[in-house]
Amino acid sequence: MTCGDGRVSPLVACAEHRLVGIVSRMIEVHELTKRYGKKLAVNNLSFTVQPGRVTGFLGPNGAGKSTTLRMILGLHRPTSGSVTVDGRAYRDLPRGLRHVGALLDAGDVHGGRTAQAHLHALARSNAIPRGRVDEVLDEVGLTDAANRRIGGFSLGMRQRLGIATALLGNPPVLLFDEPLNGLDPEGVYWVRGLFRRLAAEGRTVFVSSHLMTEMQHTAEHLIVVGRGELIAAESVTEFSARGAGRSVSVRTAAPETLAPLLTAEGASVVREPDGLLTVVGLDSDRIAELAFQHRVLVHELTARTGSLEEAFMELTADSVEYSGGENR
Amino acid sequence: MTASTTMRPADADVQVRQPRARFTDLLAAEWIKLWSLRSTPWAFAATLVVILGISISTAYGDYQSYPGLDADRQEYFRAFGALGDCFPTGSATFLVFGAGAIGAISVLSEFTTGMIRTTFAAVPARRSVMAAKVGVVTAATTAFGLVAVLASYGGVQWILSGHGAAAGLGHPGVPRLLAASVVLAPVSALVGMGMGVVIRHSVPTIVATITLLFVVPSLLDPKDYLSATFLHTMVLQAWQRLTYESATAELWPWSHTGAWTVLAVWALVATVLTVFSSDRRDH
Repeated sequence: MTCGDGRVSPLVACAEHRLVGIVSRMIEVHELTKRYGKKLAVNNLSFTVQPGRVTGFLGPNGAGKSTTLRMILGLHRPTSGSVTVDGRAYRDLPRGLRHVGALLDAGDVHGGRTAQAHLHALARSNAIPRGRVDEVLDEVGLTDAANRRIGGFSLGMRQRLGIATALLGNPPVLLFDEPLNGLDPEGVYWVRGLFRRLAAEGRTVFVSSHLMTEMQHTAEHLIVVGRGELIAAESVTEFSARGAGRSVSVRTAAPETLAPLLTAEGASVVREPDGLLTVVGLDSDRIAELAFQHRVLVHELTARTGSLEEAFMELTADSVEYSGGENR
Repeated sequence: MTASTTMRPADADVQVRQPRARFTDLLAAEWIKLWSLRSTPWAFAATLVVILGISISTAYGDYQSYPGLDADRQEYFRAFGALGDCFPTGSATFLVFGAGAIGAISVLSEFTTGMIRTTFAAVPARRSVMAAKVGVVTAATTAFGLVAVLASYGGVQWILSGHGAAAGLGHPGVPRLLAASVVLAPVSALVGMGMGVVIRHSVPTIVATITLLFVVPSLLDPKDYLSATFLHTMVLQAWQRLTYESATAELWPWSHTGAWTVLAVWALVATVLTVFSSDRRDH
């Protein structure tokens, strides 16, 4: 199948052990739609995930992240559209672990097996040497727990086991669905380092999360979704620039004088309960000028460089599936 | 020293070196999965103990009552009764229970835990995975059937031979009885798998399987033509047809070939359900 289909570079050797050489290890999602009955989980979603960097897959709960990851792995069938890894539908591969390693849900294990037996069976199914099991257990720090039943593992240990499973086939593409859940701070630090290392090795690393703060320190690129639709696909720097300088806090002796002046200039002004004005649409220089021209005393003028979290909240505000109610 | 040795060269390192996908790898993986569950050896051991208990106690009861029988009855026992003792219906019933449970566990352990997602993510060729499961469960339960039936038969023969009432391998019907009883194990296991794959929840699977194999047949009247026809399509009834020679003429006779066919059809339908029903579903 790989040989002679014209897509693979000439470096590919068509032999008993086929060497699939320099091919794009991109994940390509094309007009993907998934409908469960009446509910539209993913709606016409298109994006690509490039190798060599950590790409965050960001969106509120229920945004369709897990559904998309399952469709990438062929576990769920798209209602329409397509998704390919390395140019091929994952479902068409006979064995997967050497192509894509995935941690979808740390609970997708049988609690009655030991970590060792669990990994051994998976390795065997993909013709991965047994020694690799000990290697990945060591990599994730579960060597001492190798012969314990998974049922007795904490969530953090299960996440580590799921990461070990993903690493088993030394794959060029890795998917992680909310991998930081249940990890202690040391574990979070370790996982971030691991993801960066995997990306630096040239792999495609795609990590989902519903928390922007997690991605801020992990990903270089972001795919942001809400209600199954694409909201943004850009670098973390670009994304955080959306939040930068978006609002200015003004403390003034005469808010009732200043507010209309700012509004007249096109800004939107919110008067906070503590008397502070939050101004969006004018930078602090222009606000200072206006105040000076109209002889309004200003005590404090703070340009708020919005955090990534705020940019995220703002962008996804309309697409939050389960809103807290009070916040909107 | 040089850049290429100090850095991990991405492409060389990450290259996909893909060995051929072999079915034997999947068989080995499923074998590991089956035996790494604590319930598997326990289910086999418990089933064996119950089967031997029933067979031995039945034979011992007959052994004790044999000297008290008159000559005609003793002859009747040697001709028919000894055969029935070789692998009594109670033992066969528990063989169906035990093997059926093991078959059901082999698939429910994946579907009820979410393990099936991990399995199918590792091996996207779903039909191959399920076929490997069928192969492994069939092999394990056939071996188990062989052990259970031969141990039961050997023990019973040893007891009955004390009165010279044993039914040796040359006794008419004994090889067929042993073969049908051994086959009962993989057939039941496959039925358990098929039910598990279709129903995918533990308790409903158990209830449905017991209802289908035991409760419904017990409610039917074997003298009624329609009921008898239905009964002739059931697993345990087919096994009985192959193992016991009725001393009196049957009301609705059926052939040995028919009974073998019934067992084969159950196994085949269950295999097809197991291999194909997961193929198009979302997991």
